[in-house]
Amino acid sequence: MPIESIAILVLAGFVGYTVISKVPNTLHTPLMSGTNAIHGIVLLGGLIVLGHGVDGVLNKILLVVAIAFGMINVVGGFLVTDRMLGMFKQRPGEQRPGERGADAREEGEQ
Amino acid sequence: MTTLVSVLYIVAFVLFIYGLMGMTGPRTAVRGNWIAAAGMTVAVVATLLLPGMGNWLLIALGLGIGAAIGVPAARRVKMTAMPQMVALFNGVGGGAVALIAWVEFRVTTGYEAEPLYVAIASLFAAIVGSVSFWGSGVAFGKLQEILPGRPVTLGRLQQPLNIVLLAAALACAVIIAAGGRSEWLIIGVLVAAGLIGVMVVLPIGGADMPVVISLLNACTGLSAAAMGLALDNTALIVAGMIVGASGSILTNLMAQAMNRSIPAILAGGFGGGGGGG
Repeated sequence: MPIESIAILVLAGFVGYTVISKVPNTLHTPLMSGTNAIHGIVLLGGLIVLGHGVDGVLNKILLVVAIAFGMINVVGGFLVTDRMLGMFKQRPGEQRPGERGADAREEGEQ
Repeated sequence: MTTLVSVLYIVAFVLFIYGLMGMTGPRTAVRGNWIAAAGMTVAVVATLLLPGMGNWLLIALGLGIGAAIGVPAARRVKMTAMPQMVALFNGVGGGAVALIAWVEFRVTTGYEAEPLYVAIASLFAAIVGSVSFWGSGVAFGKLQEILPGRPVTLGRLQQPLNIVLLAAALACAVIIAAGGRSEWLIIGVLVAAGLIGVMVVLPIGGADMPVVISLLNACTGLSAAAMGLALDNTALIVAGMIVGASGSILTNLMAQAMNRSIPAILAGGFGGGGGGG
């Protein structure tokens, strides 16, 4: 068993838990979008398998699609998050009625 | 060379964690997002520096197609259409995991010479990735109003059907892990898991969709971490697991902010209109 890998897995889980334990409600959606962009790292899996050589046309097509998917996830995710956060910056402090969670901030906070 | 890659991976982890910490505060959020993006760039470059890499043309093709689709999609999408865009981006991430797991099965002829843990991790990644891809697809369809936003249920048949689908996916996976080599088995795993994703998200109303997308986001993170175990790649393990853990916490926080519980959301049938989030 790759015990080092499992150890890294467990520790990374705790890091993720600790980082997110306190977030204002208005930042929930951008944060979801940001973490969404980070799991686009699966792109590396496609790079590794394709880069170390595969035979067969179908394998290559599947991996190119996988890399493209991962890349869409990464660039799209970070750009969309930036646009979401930019929307917050334009009107600081102002409460917009349509903004989900904005008015629930008080009772939602623990 | 490999030491360089490891060092760059560590730099990438630091940037991911620091970026995520920044994203939890309103003032540092924009910068945090770009720090995480810088971490991703470092991780990709480091991977391309691995010894023995080839197929550069196809790699460039994949990256090019992804950028050509992802950048305009993210730039042009309307602010009101953001949630479904996040669902879509999350879905393609899960789809990438499922496809890599499928190719992994094909190139190792059913994990023939691989240790058991590689087969288990890869099959887990295949199941969760496929659930995430199809589940996110349905979430996108509902928010985009391609599919009806109201809950679509099969009534009492729903739960037994989901259990049958899960059993089918697990049965195919167990046969593969026990030495099954037929490609139909891995296709069976992917199809059954995909149907689970569709059947679980269809009964959920539009108002609960953001929480569901966050849940699927955590799932994709976990599947990426499992794929990292299978491919023995630390970057995938760390980044995937950070997203898996933080996504789970975030899902819980979002559900609490809406005064909903996650089991109640997954049971479905709440919130009629599409795009309610």
